[in-house]
Amino acid sequence: MSTIAATPPPETRERRYLLDREGVLGPLMLLPAVVYIIALVGFPLGLAIAYSLSDVTIGDQGLDWVGFRNFVDVAKNGTFQKALRNTFLFTLASQVLVLTLANILALVLSSDFKGKRLVRFLILLPWTTPIALGAIGWLWLLDSVYSPIDWVLRQVNLLGPGTIFGPRGNMYWTAKADLAQLSVLLIHTWRTLPLATVILLAGLTAIPQDVKDAANVDGAGFWRQLIYIRIPLLLPIMAVATLFGMVFTFTDMTVVYVLTRGGPIDNTQVLASWAYFKGIEGGNLAQGAAIAMFLFPVLVGVAVLMLRMARRTETT
Amino acid sequence: MAVVETRGLVKQFGEGAAAVDGIDLASADGEFLVLLGPSGCGKTTLLRMIGGLEPPTAGDVLIGGRVVTNLPPRARQIAMVFQSYALYPHMSVANNIAFPLKAAKVPKAEQEKKVAWAAGILGIEGLLDRRPRQLSGGQRQRVALARALVREPNVFLLDEPLSNLDAQRRASARDELQGFQRRVGTTTIYVTHDQVEAMGMGDRIAVINQGRIRQLGTPREIYDDPADTFVATFLGSPPMNLIPRNGHLLGFRPEHVAPRQMLEGAGGDLVPIHFLATREEYLGAERLVYGEVEGAKAVARFPSTVDVPAEPGRGYEFAVLARDLKRFDAATGLRVAGPA
Ligand SMILES: Nc1ncnc2c1ncn2[C@@H]1O[C@H](COP(=O)(O)OP(=O)(O)O)[C@@H](O)[C@H]1O
Ligand SMILES: [Mg+2]
Repeated sequence: MSTIAATPPPETRERRYLLDREGVLGPLMLLPAVVYIIALVGFPLGLAIAYSLSDVTIGDQGLDWVGFRNFVDVAKNGTFQKALRNTFLFTLASQVLVLTLANILALVLSSDFKGKRLVRFLILLPWTTPIALGAIGWLWLLDSVYSPIDWVLRQVNLLGPGTIFGPRGNMYWTAKADLAQLSVLLIHTWRTLPLATVILLAGLTAIPQDVKDAANVDGAGFWRQLIYIRIPLLLPIMAVATLFGMVFTFTDMTVVYVLTRGGPIDNTQVLASWAYFKGIEGGNLAQGAAIAMFLFPVLVGVAVLMLRMARRTETT
Repeated sequence: MAVVETRGLVKQFGEGAAAVDGIDLASADGEFLVLLGPSGCGKTTLLRMIGGLEPPTAGDVLIGGRVVTNLPPRARQIAMVFQSYALYPHMSVANNIAFPLKAAKVPKAEQEKKVAWAAGILGIEGLLDRRPRQLSGGQRQRVALARALVREPNVFLLDEPLSNLDAQRRASARDELQGFQRRVGTTTIYVTHDQVEAMGMGDRIAVINQGRIRQLGTPREIYDDPADTFVATFLGSPPMNLIPRNGHLLGFRPEHVAPRQMLEGAGGDLVPIHFLATREEYLGAERLVYGEVEGAKAVARFPSTVDVPAEPGRGYEFAVLARDLKRFDAATGLRVAGPA
């Protein structure tokens, strides 16, 4: 018989196992996230709300309560109508385009062909480029004098005297209202397409091979499989991709800021860029905050939808 | 109804050994043919090639006498039930069953009739409005069968359809599946790694190992007359005992071992076996006695109703009827004719 080693006094034992207790460890591990959210999300949001209800400017930083006057002023401004319309137009139109193109791309990329990896890499590139750099690149591509796109159009006889796109030698992409809007729209599409494609590609590969095989055996051809099997099974993930793209486009100010600065005559102005121009460049922090607040309800709606979908995929 | 035939079928995935290595197989019309083999032996690959889901590296598949090697699955008039059942998760049971009919552009009224008929045969009329995820394993299996049945295919291909069921459910499902196949009389190729399923359901069994057919025959032939040591040891639990003697392997089933005096009245020559018992397992209906014969491990199996003394650590004079002894070539494992 050997003697049992003396048990240490209870206090040290408890302290040693303190981190094994969920009630202690859980809050401890959550703490950094909570601090982060309060410091970087909660505080700025609270500040923005406070600003939007005050008369703060860069010159006079006192927070004097003015109620909803900023919101009323903003809503009465003619630019607000344009910015609101453009924000929704760019977001919805680009996401419709993205969804269509991403489906086609994902379908093509999910099949086996030589150089598939290279093509996937190239398609992902726009997503990895910082948005400001991408927008500057487009600024050059759409230059009113030296645009390479115009040059190509001239070479293939689509631009210049006696052609479809008119007698002048340039398109003036960013100077004409409709072309400027089209440009912003296409840059947003170019930018969010890669992520949507990759998400859909993941969704396509997640469809069990057995299900595809069963559809083959059951006699379904390509279109029937696409319409009755693939697309319905992809719907949830398509919604995720669209919501992501919507948030990115809806809140983006960089493209407009770099490409058109909202012009010509506010025709490409969006809420985010207008808030920046008013609040930071114009110095009227209160009105800038009020403009940005108009984004809030839509973003809350999207966030709720995302959380719901996340929960649904968790439970099934 | 149709006969399925494969000629020199080979499938090579990348480098290394072929997954299916030259299989010649022909079913009879309306037959329940089982492909039996250990996991990874190429059963699924063979079945998928028959179904047209996997292009063969070499060889041909014939259905109803017609070469279909280069036809897509939908041109082969086959139906397949997958191990996972592969139901369409976003469709109701009714739509799952109707899917092959829709693909074949069967008129709506006819579709409904057929769905009701197939659901009736499998007893799932009450589930038609449910989604697959609201069904139990057994119910899913029936829906998969109904979907396979509804188009009245020439051939059923089934890949381990019972492996997702619990043991009790599996026994009754075996019974139902075989009864179902007898009723519809469609040629069926059934893949399994479970010898009980194979023995219990198959008209004939093709035992496969490493991409080749080791033996094709009725359950009785395969069990009583194994063509080689692989078949001899793959079937039966515990498997056949193999004792090296004079450059051969001597094979006998555990249930054929008995004390010598008990076999003397059985009629037939006896071959004595000196059995050194080492361990005993009591399994209720039977007893397994583990031990050694001429230095090789061996097992004897006695019904609990018979009182055979077999104490661990002691040697016994057992025997086997000469006609129950099989001889195999020690080098190739193949069966050799002649007396033990
Ligand atoms: N798509 C595939 N690619 C590469 N190897 C495969 C593929 N499918 C099966 N194999 C290989 O072929 C062999 C036979 O597989 P399989 O037919 O699934 O066996 P079983 O169904 O008898 O368990 C295995 O070694 C497996 O790893
Ligand atoms: Mg398999």
